[in-house]
Amino acid sequence: IILNGITAHLLPTYHSEGHSGQYYMLPPAHIQKLFPYGLPPRFQLQIKTFNEGCVMVRPPALELISYLKRADYSKPPLRYVLYGDIGTGKTMSLCHALHYCYTQGWLIVHIPDAHLWIKNCKELLPSSSRPSRFDQPIQASQWLKNFKITNERFLSKVQLDRYVWTKRESTEKGQPLGELIDQGVNRMKSSSDVVGAVLRELKLQAGGTTEGEGAFKLAVAVDGVNALWGKTSLKKEDRTMCEPEELTLIHNLRKMMKNNWSGGAILTALSQTGSVFKPRSAYLPNELLGEEGFDSMEPFVPVSVSNYNEKEFESCYLYYLDRSWLQHPHSRSEEGKKELIFLCNKNPSILERLCAAL
Amino acid sequence: MAASSCRGVRSILWKYGSCGKNFCVSRSKTVPQLPVRHICVSSALWKKNLAAAGPQKFTLEFINKQVEEFEIGKRHLANMMGEDPETFTQEDIDRSIAYLFPSGLFEKRARPVMKHPEEIFPKQTAVQWDAEGRPFHFLFYTGQQSYYSLLHDVYEKILAMERHQDNMRNKGLFTSETKQILLTGSRWLLKEEIEEYLVENISDHDYMRMIQLMEKLLSMPYCSLEEEFILKFRKQLEVQSSKHEIPALQYDPQGVTFSVADGRRKTAKASITLRDSGSGNITINGRNYLHYFPLLQDREQLMFPLHFVGMLGRFDVEGSVEGSGHSAQAGALRLAISRALLSFVSEGEVEKMRQAGLLTADPRIKERKKPGQEGARKKFTWKKR
Repeated sequence: IILNGITAHLLPTYHSEGHSGQYYMLPPAHIQKLFPYGLPPRFQLQIKTFNEGCVMVRPPALELISYLKRADYSKPPLRYVLYGDIGTGKTMSLCHALHYCYTQGWLIVHIPDAHLWIKNCKELLPSSSRPSRFDQPIQASQWLKNFKITNERFLSKVQLDRYVWTKRESTEKGQPLGELIDQGVNRMKSSSDVVGAVLRELKLQAGGTTEGEGAFKLAVAVDGVNALWGKTSLKKEDRTMCEPEELTLIHNLRKMMKNNWSGGAILTALSQTGSVFKPRSAYLPNELLGEEGFDSMEPFVPVSVSNYNEKEFESCYLYYLDRSWLQHPHSRSEEGKKELIFLCNKNPSILERLCAAL
Repeated sequence: MAASSCRGVRSILWKYGSCGKNFCVSRSKTVPQLPVRHICVSSALWKKNLAAAGPQKFTLEFINKQVEEFEIGKRHLANMMGEDPETFTQEDIDRSIAYLFPSGLFEKRARPVMKHPEEIFPKQTAVQWDAEGRPFHFLFYTGQQSYYSLLHDVYEKILAMERHQDNMRNKGLFTSETKQILLTGSRWLLKEEIEEYLVENISDHDYMRMIQLMEKLLSMPYCSLEEEFILKFRKQLEVQSSKHEIPALQYDPQGVTFSVADGRRKTAKASITLRDSGSGNITINGRNYLHYFPLLQDREQLMFPLHFVGMLGRFDVEGSVEGSGHSAQAGALRLAISRALLSFVSEGEVEKMRQAGLLTADPRIKERKKPGQEGARKKFTWKKR
């Protein structure tokens, strides 16, 4: 269906500046596999309502994809940080770029929201391997399940090292990745360590330095990356605050963020909405990441995401009209459109919330 | 007063003989030889019942004397202030008194005032009867002589008009399209105003009857003959109720028109600059309005004046606001925007805005907490016993 710019089923590889402002449809199979929890919750509701997922092609995402196309993968990975005001579409741009990577056949390591790992954890176990660390079994096993769904074709990869979990259980050399993940899902106690092991394996193997048929590129996508270096809202048993350092998952993820491996890319997006202890007006990288985070993330490629411009707003408005989402008769008129522009100031998320009420 | 107290005393006398005070109106034959009993009556009985006397009555000479004193005092005041006594108006008097006797009282009516005695002393009717006790007016014994005389006059006029009508018919010059009196833009005098005019009290029923009679007079043809009489009882309404100060249009160095206006709502003060540049940006206190007002309701308040006039995307607003909460700040900004828009908009639109309530400052403020209550209205728990 080409409806005033919806180029359906056109893969992200072919998107260019000419398509900017137009919608493209995410194939349902991809949505199920790639984004079980990756998309923003409101967008998931919209997919359910409209029975299809349409994403707008916007300049930040196009920029990211062009960098990915032109990058040299024998060198250490480039870090891309999407930053911008609340509700401008950072997560959506990240998902767009990730879809591109998926269609290119990369291995996706996607953490939908790093903030979920530093707050509201029901169980915090002391780590089985290291005494000063804490485990989060529920979050780790959840993530492993999602990873399995996303990267099914890579599960038969060969792994390198021997890991000992308990006195009786250990994974031998040469076993497929799938078994490692199953180990983590079944045994909740050691799931966080399994996550660490998986990440380490992928780092080592991503360069494709092994035999030709095993070459793959690794895409690490983290949303809400400022969670890794901020403060947590979790407490230890003696009621003192937990540092992010002391959490296994966070620690392993930080190691992943360092560019001491090759053959992939690190895509991240900042997020203020889920963050703890950060003011609402903060949106620049140095404010949200903090000093520590900024130093560890340096050097990175910043990509700024802003509100819709005129053309994009027009496109979004027509899309909603086409899907009969705007029921109020006044919203179809010119004045109604002006009112909408005024009230939301062309901010995507606020526009979406506004139209939901009409 | 003295008569009633005497009567009381006399009754006591009749029962018990003599009394302890000196009010003995005794006639020797009515005093029987009975044992004397001292009756002590409290002095409250001898005090005058002030309420029963009615409002204080001033004589005509007293009022005239006050008027003379006022005139002389006015000239003295003018000399004191160094101004010309001949052209010393009431406003000058008020100004001088406020200067000479500065008062910190909040109630304006309690401050020192120097006005013409006619405004200070209430209007009273002069004595209505002559030396022999015969009243002057023929309707005196109705009790409301001026009211009934007014009704009588109106009815006389009605009869006169009917006679005039018959005359015209006889001559064959009768036309029903005569000049009609213009009644738009005026209203009948209120009951209080009629009472002031007649200097006596009338009831609601009387007032209604009077209005009905006037309407009857108006309904007849040829009522234009009595136009002057009827207009005495009609009050002109304000011709233009929208007497708002329109802020001046100023020009930027780049040639962009802009205007500045203020607005207030419940301790929040806002001041904005409205620029006619063609983009719809709004900046408040240096931040984008989307950040400053995350609530949709506040943004809708900002949108209302622009949307009403239909100039949504045309203006740039740069505003600063302080005080109170988010709702009050939004209200203050809305008022400021409406006032600034007045200079960009035509006369008819100004009237429409006024009727929409965009230009009225919201007078509601936080009500004072009273002693003996929890808050302004909430009372302490009521215990039956």
